Amino acid sequence: MERTEAIALKNITKTFGSIVANKNVSLHVFHHEILSILGENGSGKTTLMNMISGIYHPDEGEIFIDGQPASIQSPRDAYRYKIGMIHQHFKLIDVFSATENIVLGMEEGIYDLKAAEKKIRATCKKYGFEIDPTKKIYQMSVSEKQTVEIVKALYRGADILILDEPTAVLTPQEIRKLFDVMRRMRDDGKAIIIITHKLNEVLEISDRVSVLRKGEYIGTINTAEANAGILTEMMVGKKVSLNIERSEPKDLQKRLTLTNVTVLAPDGRAILRNVNFTANAGEILGIAGISGSGQKELLEAIAGLQHLKSGSILYSNPETGREENLRNKTPMQIRNLGVRLSFVPEDRLGMGLVGSMGIADNMMLRSYRKGGFFLLRRKEPRDLAKRIIEELQIVTPGPQTPVRRLSGGNVQKVLVGREISSSPTVLMAAYPVRGLDINSSYLIYNLLMKQKENGVAVIFVGEDLDVLTELCDRILVISGGVVTGIVDGRDVTKEELGLLMTKAHHREEEAQ
Amino acid sequence: MNIAMFVHSAVTQGIPLLYGSTGEIITEKSGNLNLGIPGVMYVGAISGVIGAFFYENSLADKSRINSALAILIPLLCCLLGSLIMGLIYSFLTTTLRANQNVTGLALTTFGVGIGNFFGGSLIKLVKADITSVALSGTSYCFKRTLPIATKFGKVGEIFFSYSFLAYAAILIAIVAAIFLRKTRPGLNLRAVGENPATADAAGISVAKNKYLATCVGSMIAGLGGLYYVMDYADGVWSNDAFGDRGWLAIALVIFTLWRPDFSIFGSILFGGLYLVHFYLNEFIPMDLGTQSLIQMAPYVVTILVLIVTSMRKKRENQPPASLGLPYFREDR
Repeated sequence: MERTEAIALKNITKTFGSIVANKNVSLHVFHHEILSILGENGSGKTTLMNMISGIYHPDEGEIFIDGQPASIQSPRDAYRYKIGMIHQHFKLIDVFSATENIVLGMEEGIYDLKAAEKKIRATCKKYGFEIDPTKKIYQMSVSEKQTVEIVKALYRGADILILDEPTAVLTPQEIRKLFDVMRRMRDDGKAIIIITHKLNEVLEISDRVSVLRKGEYIGTINTAEANAGILTEMMVGKKVSLNIERSEPKDLQKRLTLTNVTVLAPDGRAILRNVNFTANAGEILGIAGISGSGQKELLEAIAGLQHLKSGSILYSNPETGREENLRNKTPMQIRNLGVRLSFVPEDRLGMGLVGSMGIADNMMLRSYRKGGFFLLRRKEPRDLAKRIIEELQIVTPGPQTPVRRLSGGNVQKVLVGREISSSPTVLMAAYPVRGLDINSSYLIYNLLMKQKENGVAVIFVGEDLDVLTELCDRILVISGGVVTGIVDGRDVTKEELGLLMTKAHHREEEAQ
Repeated sequence: MNIAMFVHSAVTQGIPLLYGSTGEIITEKSGNLNLGIPGVMYVGAISGVIGAFFYENSLADKSRINSALAILIPLLCCLLGSLIMGLIYSFLTTTLRANQNVTGLALTTFGVGIGNFFGGSLIKLVKADITSVALSGTSYCFKRTLPIATKFGKVGEIFFSYSFLAYAAILIAIVAAIFLRKTRPGLNLRAVGENPATADAAGISVAKNKYLATCVGSMIAGLGGLYYVMDYADGVWSNDAFGDRGWLAIALVIFTLWRPDFSIFGSILFGGLYLVHFYLNEFIPMDLGTQSLIQMAPYVVTILVLIVTSMRKKRENQPPASLGLPYFREDR
């Protein structure tokens, strides 16, 4: 098959303030191929793609499309060059229908939604998409929204498709479907770029892999010649051990005991039903489950953010030896009982940190009650912020930079760093490595491990079964708000976990 | 008590609100929450008054007024005045990214101040004992109605007895509704108000849409001020007479769920609710306090609508998703 160059980047550089997002990056993409762009978080993959799609302009360097120098000043220019980008955060308007979203911003003849709908259906048929063009976006699943995005790009005649972490939000079945569609588009002559940090997906779908590290272009290899080891090395620069070193739990002590905990949703449906378990000091208790099975509510119930319909949450205080019932107490009351509870919520910038405040000010969210009668004491949080930045290698212009300007991994480090610094007895972390690259993930795993060795009861909600089975001492599986099993993390297989994760669903279906 | 008269008053009371709300809906659809609308309407009114005042005073014989000029001059002055207000708002919020609420409230204070300042100056100029300026010649031209109004009795009074600005308000509202729902620029505008980043990525100029919508919206709202002075108030300007009609127009936007076509009926309803105490007073005599309480009805109704729509949570009935938020393209 003849290979023609679709797009070439030459010596692209882009900076944001003092942070260099891309430095001297050169890339080539051909028609009839799928190129993976691999890199850690903050390695500049998305920034680079945003320059191709006209969201940002490169400070230096040139972009060639079909061999001709191109000046992409806006997303509209990008469409003119037949470039379509599917962003990680979908650029769709919730109250519009799929069709309205797809034709948005297009200037083609008279405005006729019916005709557009017909054309969309034809495109869907050609590549095997399944969407209803009249459906409103807010009624759609994540996978459907992604399909709308892809159809939108194709509808505008895109020849070069860029997908930014398309699989992060999909189920395995949906990923398989997406990959089928991608292959069909490739065979149709499109040039496809996929950004990801999942190695297995790179190896499965792409023809070639280009690797970025800290904004710099490292190299490109044919996927056929690559394996996970080579790619990881290119990505992180040094060999990273893929094994988590799990220490044996010692000196186990009962810390938290949940008995018959039931939590209702606002609509009266039970989100948690009769949950019983014990979390011990000195071990990591993993919580596995399909997302939305009640993990969030479980942690929030312990943290005092959910009202319990019934049941009790007993905390065994290691200092006094007394047992305290945390049921229906506010976070403040819980803390006043001397319970040192740390919580790394799933929604980092929503619940965990204040995005517009700097790292130092965010540290104060835990310590603002210290200090004098009226004035805040700012020195300690500032020192703490500096210490965390140093210890966790947070990339930031300074402790006063608003945390929302930091990349996802760095935001997470700030949050975890703060929670650990208050020397908790119970540490709850919900998806602490979501969106993080391998290096940052391991940093977090090691931090959790250290906490466990220090005698903290660690509760870890995860989604990656490999990580759960390697990191956790025991794994609690929750499904539809019901605990379907508590297993030993050392013996259990992924298949067994998978079965437990879907168990209660079947029961529910039978009941209906 | 005469139903036809009540409807007529409700409509004339409602038209300024209709202008205000149509203008504000178009503005809000671009994501700009222009709380300066009361000020914009005020400036629209005083600009028209200034134009009319100088035109009338330039005439040697006031009875030989040229109707075309008498309408055109205040109209253009009004549009210009409110356009400037719209430009100020757009420049501050879109170009300089100032906080929309603060800018809007400042613009209201500013508009009312400017109106009262120039209103006061005009009153000084006429050297009259009363604290108002009367532009009866201009008002006469603005208030001209269709000749058929008197021929059909009550039907005529209810449907045909209004001036051209009233019909224009209804026409503009219908055109605005069609524009927003059925045209490509309308789709683009709604996209900007819902999710500017998405609109931007689709190649729609966010700044251009925000500027255009805010300026056009302000000009439409300004006409409401003009209608109020020239028609409703019979060409008599007195400071602060416009009252809280600007805020009512904003309440009407919420009441009609951001739909200019609903606004036509909503404005008449609001107009009626605003006046109903006069008519009730005929049957049940009541003191001023009670009357003022009844005058609150439009606001109470708006709060009820807010409660009901918030409870039903239907996405289509919610305000534009990015209403009041600034848009930065390079914000990460």
